[in-house]
Amino acid sequence: MADDLLTYLAPATIVTWHRPCTRFELDQPAWRLLVERMAEADWSLLGLWADVDWIHMALRDEVEGGVAVASVPVIDGRYPAVSPVRPGAIRLERVIRDLWGHEADGAVDTRPWLDHGRWPDRRPLSPHPVATPPDAPTAEAYAFLPATGDGLHQVPVGPIHAGIIEPGHFRFTANGETVVRLEARLGWLHKGIESLMQGLAPADAARLACRISGDSAVAHALAFARAAEAAADIRPPPRADWLRAVMAELERIANHLGDIGAICNDVAYAFMSAECGVLRERCLRAAAACFGHRLMFDRIVPGGVAGDIDADQVGVLRRLVHGIRPAFRKLIDVYDNQASLADRLVGTGTVRPELVHRFAAGGFVGRASLRAVDARKAAPYPPYDKLDWPIPLFGEGDVNARVWVRIREVEASLDLIDALLDGLPGGPIAVAMPARAGEGLALVEGFRGEIMTWVRLDAAGRVGRCHPRDPSWFQWPLLEAAIEGNIIADFPVCNKSFNCSYAGVDL
Amino acid sequence: MTVIAQVVHLVLIVALAPAITGLVRWVKARALGRAGPAPWQPYRDLRRLMLKTPIVAETSGPLYTAVPYLQLAAIWLAAAMVPAFTYDLPLAQAGDLIVLAGILGLSRFLLALAGLDAGTAFGGIGSSRELMIGALAEPAMLLVVFTVAVLVHTTSLPAISAHFIAQPVGLRVSLGMALVAIVIVAVAENGRIPIDNPATHLELTMVHEAMVLDYSGRHLAAIELASMLKLVVWLSLIQALFVPFGMAGAALTALALPIFVAKLAAGAVALALFEVGIAKMRVFRYPEFLGGAVVLGMLATIYLYVSHGF
Repeated sequence: MADDLLTYLAPATIVTWHRPCTRFELDQPAWRLLVERMAEADWSLLGLWADVDWIHMALRDEVEGGVAVASVPVIDGRYPAVSPVRPGAIRLERVIRDLWGHEADGAVDTRPWLDHGRWPDRRPLSPHPVATPPDAPTAEAYAFLPATGDGLHQVPVGPIHAGIIEPGHFRFTANGETVVRLEARLGWLHKGIESLMQGLAPADAARLACRISGDSAVAHALAFARAAEAAADIRPPPRADWLRAVMAELERIANHLGDIGAICNDVAYAFMSAECGVLRERCLRAAAACFGHRLMFDRIVPGGVAGDIDADQVGVLRRLVHGIRPAFRKLIDVYDNQASLADRLVGTGTVRPELVHRFAAGGFVGRASLRAVDARKAAPYPPYDKLDWPIPLFGEGDVNARVWVRIREVEASLDLIDALLDGLPGGPIAVAMPARAGEGLALVEGFRGEIMTWVRLDAAGRVGRCHPRDPSWFQWPLLEAAIEGNIIADFPVCNKSFNCSYAGVDL
Repeated sequence: MTVIAQVVHLVLIVALAPAITGLVRWVKARALGRAGPAPWQPYRDLRRLMLKTPIVAETSGPLYTAVPYLQLAAIWLAAAMVPAFTYDLPLAQAGDLIVLAGILGLSRFLLALAGLDAGTAFGGIGSSRELMIGALAEPAMLLVVFTVAVLVHTTSLPAISAHFIAQPVGLRVSLGMALVAIVIVAVAENGRIPIDNPATHLELTMVHEAMVLDYSGRHLAAIELASMLKLVVWLSLIQALFVPFGMAGAALTALALPIFVAKLAAGAVALALFEVGIAKMRVFRYPEFLGGAVVLGMLATIYLYVSHGF
């Protein structure tokens, strides 16, 4: 019983070309035992994805810290489901069925997820797609989970909203203003990223990775680059690692500033939004001045980074950090002392720590509910192995706690940029990607949380299969729990405090 | 002479209403450090809406298309009854404060019906919230009316203004309380922060905007103009009851008109600055906020019964 994850999997067949963690191939009975074992073990689900005739699952042992990938063959189009023991796998299993046609035996939920009945083909990623019959049920026929009782009524919201935001449908069952159940229906932004990546050179696939979710361009590009480098068994030069971290922290600061302002704006406190908007704009302009793109698109490439920065540009970043720090401190004072803000945000949209743990939700959603996992510390990748910074942790799990996690992370990231510029090593900024087969897994901390990207390169060094798992996969379901018992009018601010990516999960 | 004044007044308030709303938006933007659209932007918006073809939901009835005009007419009539640069207006003498409250209630009722008419969820949410606000705000407004009525022995608006101009009653605790109460009611009636956020794009938090979410084109223009007029009604009402100085009587004075416009502008600036400094409150906090107005109005009335010195 005391086995840790790696010891438990050790008897299985080891795949030698998978890096940096180990991949184990299990048969279906062994996989069933693994799923049973997961019911009692503290192994969090990092991802569940499919290949032509394999299902892969990444797990992390929360006690020992080890990460491993377990694989099971798909036999007659079926594999044993993981969702009965890991609710975070429910939507992933539905996606696998929609894209590949692999059925999960014993799955908790068998409704379609991405496939709204409007694609020309069903299971488009499988080698044998079938044409969608003309009378196939479309999104309108989707069966929402029932909630019955006296005085309940439904409020459908979206996918088209009154503002210019991403499309998502939310079905509220409410009793007057009080929400009894919320169910999200996503998939409107599906653009076939995984199939588009297949067969591309890593440099081209990286451009797609960058565009998975525009606000996480750096984080997704970094996760893809690290996975591709692991698959090809190369390491980028140290200077590239440090420059990547500067970009990642800059992206984190800019997004957190935007979120803090937007959360306050959702309760009509426009002052914070305007002031945070100014600070965010300064970050974006510094990014444009130093990296040539406001959102730093395509700056991270497999093998290194696309451009270097000189002493002047280091100066721009230093001035940015030193300019934002005092201005941000004043804004925190305003936030902390504005009673009408506290009245709206404290105690709103609470997520219990047990639930966060069950879904292994990362980022501010996890850290506002006592889950401290940060990919930069859990499995440190360079240069974070040489740096130290505090991980903020709050236990309230409400909107206010999620704002405070962001505030503390902005402060930590400002310090990190200073430390990164201090220690910036010299040397080349990129190495060439060799044409080598292999599989790689990367865990990278984006501003929303832990991104997991898995890449298989073929012998020509091209992408055979890539699965980027956005942190939002494990945060969206928690939003449905957070809003229960709250009032409908508080949903927008709860949603903004999660700020999950639509594009990132619709792929 | 008074008929000419009434016609001038009717035209003036409609012509001025978009500028007052534009001024609120412009001051808010400036206070937030943004450039903001010019104060006359609402005129352009109204023109744009007038030129667009309205789209009407298939599920809506004849009421739906009639309400924008009925509501505009009701608010316009209400506006005509409130003394502005002069209290000697024929329409102002036609009804008193209680009639005014009734007409404003009628416009609210019409809009709430229209919100329900198309059968969409947002219209229903907006109408239900709006009626909740109305149920709390209208008693508070009546109590303010009673306070003034006890003091001046009339509910006729021109008579109240004339009385306050002719025989200033000085600083009074009861009037101070009534002023706070009526400002709270005005904030709620006009859907301003902290009750409602007129600038929001979040359909689930809306009150007024949720009711009219399905409207477009000239229907929306009429509704928008009506809410701009409503702001002028309330600013006029507050100045007529509490700061009627400079208002002309039967004989018009040269300064009466500029003073009235300046008072409206001052009210708009004050509203903008108040909105910048506060977040919107939870829907379930409305009863506490508006209950405060009811209590203040009631206290003011009771004080006057206890002693005329208050």
